[in-house]
Amino acid sequence: MADKPTTEAVPEALPAPAALRALALPAAHLLTSAGIIIGGTLLFTTLVLLASGTSPLEAYRLILSGAFRNPRTIADLIMLTAPLLLCSAGLTLTFSAGLYNLGIEGQIVIGAVLAMVPLRLLPDLPPPMLWLLALSAGAIGGMLWALLVGVLRLSTNVNEIFAGLGLNFIAIGITLYLVFGPWKRPGVASMSGTEPLPEALWLPTLAGIRLAPLAPIIALIGMGVVWFALTRTHWGLEIRAAGLNLAAAERLGVPAHARLFQSLAGCGALAGLAGALQILAVYHALIPNISSGIGFLALLVVLLVRSNPVWVLPVAILFASFSIGSIQLPLQLGIDSSIAGVLQGTLVLFALIAQGVRGRG
Amino acid sequence: MQQTMFLRAQLLVMLLLLGSILLSACGGSAPEAPAAPEAPAADTSTEPFVFGMVLVGPINDGGWSQAHYEGALYAEERLPDSKFIYIDKVNPADKPNVQVEQVVDELVDQGAKLIITNSDDFKDGTREAAKAHPDVIFIHASGDDVLTGLAPANLGNLMGKMEYGKMIAGCAAALATESGRISYLGPLINDETRRLVNSAFLGARHCWTELRGNDPAELSFEVTWIGFWFNIPGVTLDPTQVANDFINSGTDVIISGIDTTEALIEANKATQAGTPIFAVPYDFEGACAQAEEVCLGVPYFHWGPSYLETITAAERGTWEPSWQWLDPDWDDINNKDTSAIGFIKGAGLSDEIGAQLDEFIAGLADGSISLFTGPLNFQDGTVFLAEGEVATDEQIWYMPQLLEGITGRSE
Repeated sequence: MADKPTTEAVPEALPAPAALRALALPAAHLLTSAGIIIGGTLLFTTLVLLASGTSPLEAYRLILSGAFRNPRTIADLIMLTAPLLLCSAGLTLTFSAGLYNLGIEGQIVIGAVLAMVPLRLLPDLPPPMLWLLALSAGAIGGMLWALLVGVLRLSTNVNEIFAGLGLNFIAIGITLYLVFGPWKRPGVASMSGTEPLPEALWLPTLAGIRLAPLAPIIALIGMGVVWFALTRTHWGLEIRAAGLNLAAAERLGVPAHARLFQSLAGCGALAGLAGALQILAVYHALIPNISSGIGFLALLVVLLVRSNPVWVLPVAILFASFSIGSIQLPLQLGIDSSIAGVLQGTLVLFALIAQGVRGRG
Repeated sequence: MQQTMFLRAQLLVMLLLLGSILLSACGGSAPEAPAAPEAPAADTSTEPFVFGMVLVGPINDGGWSQAHYEGALYAEERLPDSKFIYIDKVNPADKPNVQVEQVVDELVDQGAKLIITNSDDFKDGTREAAKAHPDVIFIHASGDDVLTGLAPANLGNLMGKMEYGKMIAGCAAALATESGRISYLGPLINDETRRLVNSAFLGARHCWTELRGNDPAELSFEVTWIGFWFNIPGVTLDPTQVANDFINSGTDVIISGIDTTEALIEANKATQAGTPIFAVPYDFEGACAQAEEVCLGVPYFHWGPSYLETITAAERGTWEPSWQWLDPDWDDINNKDTSAIGFIKGAGLSDEIGAQLDEFIAGLADGSISLFTGPLNFQDGTVFLAEGEVATDEQIWYMPQLLEGITGRSE
């Protein structure tokens, strides 16, 4: 990030999210960090694996290679990466603005709920038109839900973390109400969600695999736009200025509060898009767990890459591959697939530790 | 000032992460038997017939999923050239981002030629998976795709007539209750669960009036639905808490309709604390083991014989898709080799009540007791069965409402 040398000079004194951003580090520091992150993670997960009586090597082999075994698993990997990428891109915006948008789960959920509205009300429109409507509705829904966080933060000074977490609960409540109430299947309210959409409304997939090419395309565009806006525009500079020091930025004439709002709106819109994709391309119905924890997974991704947009793509793919690869763990090794979550979480934890160590040194 | 806030925020995020790691770690180290023993010791000349299972709950839940798991082991044991593989805990709480179709793909990759899916919630996923793998046979236990015509040619349905088991459970509850208040711990609301609640109610009312000579108006039969087949924190009601609510409101027998054993556990705790409460668990023949003394017995599934038959037919190439709803073996409902469902009496049942229950079971067996016979009304007062009318299988399968006399929501 050559375009912001100021962050390099005083990293410890910065507000945390800003400090999380990529800093141009001397090679030695990078090596130390990588050592702490990878070594610590391997040590911790190996201990967990040994405690559950499995061969760690075999488990790592399956987790790392499982997602790349055949076109089918690669398709599943891409379909998980797409919404993860959108959310990670969105969170890069809010982290740059110094916001912890933990409400992203709710923004995905509301995006998914609103995407259902045109699909349910106007099922006779031509599918491409409906997809456009559903994606737009999803983006708008996620954006509005995120703006609620902004309103609470700026008008009543409610910390965005707590506002976001609270709104997550409300969003899930709304989903459960719809799935078990007005939108339930005829005669049957089911955890498996609403009646599946007619197949004509599913985003088209490649033959034989569950890959809807439109999903990764939308995700890559979303990520590209965020990368460009953050690193190549004056607007992005102002977002980062607001993230570094809100009051100072305001005093220097940056409309910092507006930038906070805009970063939340952008993040919410991207999360809402992810929610709409979950409906159109993955579940083909509104299910109670429509976000599937992708928002929180994206938080881990962004914490790990310290919101450097360049690293979001590879890390999102890596995290998604853990999730897909681990599906076969119970089958092959008799261990629970949640070990993927341990791996993802531990990576981030040690990344934060590495950052702390470096900060002190 | 702002910086402190951010530091606090960062601390909070770290704590959240740590919490999730620990939670996952606990899940990760849970004891589980290896699913697929790798590489047989000696090379066998014939390839084993691999059959797979997708289970919604853990294989050791002491309920629904364990009954399926043991049914599969029963079949594997009796088919020397077969191999059983499975993936359990396939549900949105334990495995987010994992769909039935993906799990099925894994099983097919491991060579599965027949796949059993064991949850009502797998209906859509099983259908899609069956379409994607037309050369693999799929059995959706508890489903009705064959009946509704939605099933592709390689998908069959299988279920046991649990309504008889629930009638016996209801009867045992009515014979044991002192207060006349029976509560039913219900999962989610659908045709199947309404059918089972109604069956338990009919069994209870019959034994309350015919065997004990009481006034039917003095029997309270209440159902609370938790929202899923087992507890999902934050999504379902907590079955432990619901069971305690039952107990606090004066119920002294809880009939469980969910996959897990909270009702039995809480009944046991209350009994230890001086309030005698009985429970009737569900699904798995060994369910009483968790609290023998307060257990009146358990209606359970024996999937083994039907799985054995289905897998044998698949192996020989004679399998045909069908919707099977299997009767108990009325000569001996607990015959492990012939009966699809059974009822094992618990230690909480006195000899006297046990004898009365046997009388009731004998009545069901010889047809002298036929509980789905009119007059029966639905909860909203409309007629389900007119005087003397006997319900057809389909009327019982697609149960639109709870019956008059039951307290609780029909939908």
